[in-house]
Amino acid sequence: MSWNRLRRKTVNAAMLMLTAFCTLFAAGTLLFILGYLFVHGARSLSWDFFTKLPAPVGESGGGMANAILGSAKLLLLAMAFGVPLGFLGGVYLAEFGGPGFSFAVRYTADLLNGVPSIVMGIFVFTLVVLKQHHFSTLAGGVALGIMTIPIAIRSSEEFLRAVPPALREGAMALGASKAQAIWTVVIPAAKAGIITGIMLNLARVAGETAPLLFTALSNRFWSPGWNQPTASLPVMIFNYSVAPYEDWHQQAWSAGFVLLSLILAVNILARLILSKKGAALR
Amino acid sequence: MPGSAITAVDARPPGAMPRSLFQRLVSGDRIAYLLTFLCAASVVLVTIALVWELYANSGPSRRQFGLKFLVSSDWDPVAGQFGAAPFIYGTLVTTALAMLIGVPLGVGAAIFLAELAPPGISSGLTFLIELLAAVPSVIIGLLGIFVVIPILRDTVPYLRGALGWMPLFQGPFYGVSLLAAGIVLSIMILPFIISISREVILAVPADQREAALALGATRWEMTWDVVVPYAKKGIVGSIFLALARSLGETMAVTMVVGNTPQIAASLFAPGYSIAAVIANEFAEATGALYQSALVELGLVLFGLTMAINAAARLLVLSTSGKGSA
Repeated sequence: MSWNRLRRKTVNAAMLMLTAFCTLFAAGTLLFILGYLFVHGARSLSWDFFTKLPAPVGESGGGMANAILGSAKLLLLAMAFGVPLGFLGGVYLAEFGGPGFSFAVRYTADLLNGVPSIVMGIFVFTLVVLKQHHFSTLAGGVALGIMTIPIAIRSSEEFLRAVPPALREGAMALGASKAQAIWTVVIPAAKAGIITGIMLNLARVAGETAPLLFTALSNRFWSPGWNQPTASLPVMIFNYSVAPYEDWHQQAWSAGFVLLSLILAVNILARLILSKKGAALR
Repeated sequence: MPGSAITAVDARPPGAMPRSLFQRLVSGDRIAYLLTFLCAASVVLVTIALVWELYANSGPSRRQFGLKFLVSSDWDPVAGQFGAAPFIYGTLVTTALAMLIGVPLGVGAAIFLAELAPPGISSGLTFLIELLAAVPSVIIGLLGIFVVIPILRDTVPYLRGALGWMPLFQGPFYGVSLLAAGIVLSIMILPFIISISREVILAVPADQREAALALGATRWEMTWDVVVPYAKKGIVGSIFLALARSLGETMAVTMVVGNTPQIAASLFAPGYSIAAVIANEFAEATGALYQSALVELGLVLFGLTMAINAAARLLVLSTSGKGSA
C-alpha cells in the first residue's frame, strides 16, 4: 500500500470519527437534558403540584395548578383563533392559489415564522394590551395564536397537496362543486396529517415564554374569565428559576419536567403517526 | 394547481328543488375562495401590521435620539437616556460565539447523518436531534443556570490559565456571562443546522456520488470534494437561519447572560442582549419614551433577523426546493 493511499484511508477514518463525535455530542445533549430533568423534576413532583396554588414567599409547598390551567386556556385560545386562520390559508394555497400571490403568502409565512418571539410579544402588546389597558389571558392567547399561523398554513398546504388529484377529479366528475370536493373529499383524505400538524404546532407554542411576558403576564392566583393576567407554565419556570429561593428552584424543575414531558410526548406521537402515513413534516 | 382546470357543472336535473342555504354555502365555490383567500391574505396583513406597529410605537424614541440610539452606550431610564450599543454588542458577541461552536458541530453532524452513518443509526439519531429542537428555550435556560454555569465555574480557571493572555479570557468570572450565553445558544441552534443541512445534503443527486466513487475517491473525499460543494448554498442557508434564530433568542439568554448593560472585552464578564432587555424591562417600562426605546430595540432586532432570514430562505429554496424550517 503506497503512502498516499494510506494517508487517504487515514483521513477517511479520522473524519468519520470526528463527524460521528459531532453527532453524538448533539444527540447526547438531548439525552442529558431529558435525564437531568427527569431526575430533578420527578423527584420533587408531588400531587400538590397539580392541585395547589403557589405558596406565598417564605412558605414551602404549594403547586402550580393555576399555571397549568392558564397554559391550557392560552393554548385553547391559540387553537381557536390562530389554527383555523392558518388552516384555511393552507387550503387556499393548496387548492385555489395562483403562482404569484401564493409565493408571496408562503414567503411571508416563513418570514413570520422567523420573527423573534419577543418581537411578537411587543406586537401583541401594542395591539391588544395598549388598547385594553391591562394584561390579560386574551392578549396571551392572541400572541400564541399569531405564532401558530405560519406553521398551520405551511403544514396544511403540504398535506392537502399530498392528496392525489384523481380524488378531486373523481368528486367533480360526480357533480360536486370545487368547494364540495375540497370539503367532503380532499380535507377528509388529508385529515390525519393535518391534525398531527396542528398537534405539533400547539406543542411548539406551549413552551413559548417570551410572547407571554408582557401579554398574559403572570399571576399568583386563579385567573377567572379571559380578561385578567394569568400564570402559565413557561413563565412560571422563568420566574421561579431566576428567583433566589431554593424551594422555588425545585418547583421550576417540576414545572420543566411536566412541560417537557407533554411536549415530547406529543412530538413522538405525531412523528409515529406521520411515519406510518409515509409523509414527512419538518 | 390540482384540478384548477376543471370547472364545476350544475348537475341538478331541471325543475329540482331549490337548494337549502347550507347546501348553497357548502357548495359555494366563490364563498370558499373568498374565505380561504382572506385567511391566506391575513398572513401578509399580520406581517404588515407588525412592521407598522413597531415603527409607529418607536416614534418618540426615534425622533429623540435618531441614529445616535444605535451607537450610544448610555442606558439610564431614570435620566431618560437610551442608547442601544451595549445590547447590540451583547447580542452580536453571544451570537458569534454560538456560531463558532455550533456551526462546525452542526455541519459535521449533518454530514455524518446524511453520508457516513449506517441508515439505521442515522434515522434514530436524526429523530433524537429533531426532538432537541422541540425543547422550549426556557427549559434550556433552566439547564443553563443549574448545569452549564456550575460546569463553567470549574473549567474557567483552566481556560484562563491557557488563554489568559488574550483580553477575551481575562477578568473575574461570576457564572452569568457572555460565555455562558454563547454556549447555551450554541446548543439551541444545533438542531436547526443539523436537520436543514442534512436535508440539503440528502438532496444531492446520487450520480454525483457514484461518479466520484468511480474515479477512486474514498468515502470522505467523495463527501467533502463533491457532495458538500454541491450542497453548499443550502448549508450556508441553514447557517443563516440558525444565525437569525440565535439573534432573536430570548429566554435562554436572559437567564444566563447576567443582564448588565456594559461593553466588556472579556467573555467572562456579564452582558446583556437586545431580546433580554426587552424581556426584563418591557412590562415595567413607565413613560412613553422608555417604552418606545424598548420598541425601537424590537424594531432593530426585527430588521436584523428579517434580513438574514429572507436571504437564508432564498438560499435554501434554491438548493432543495423547500423553504420551511
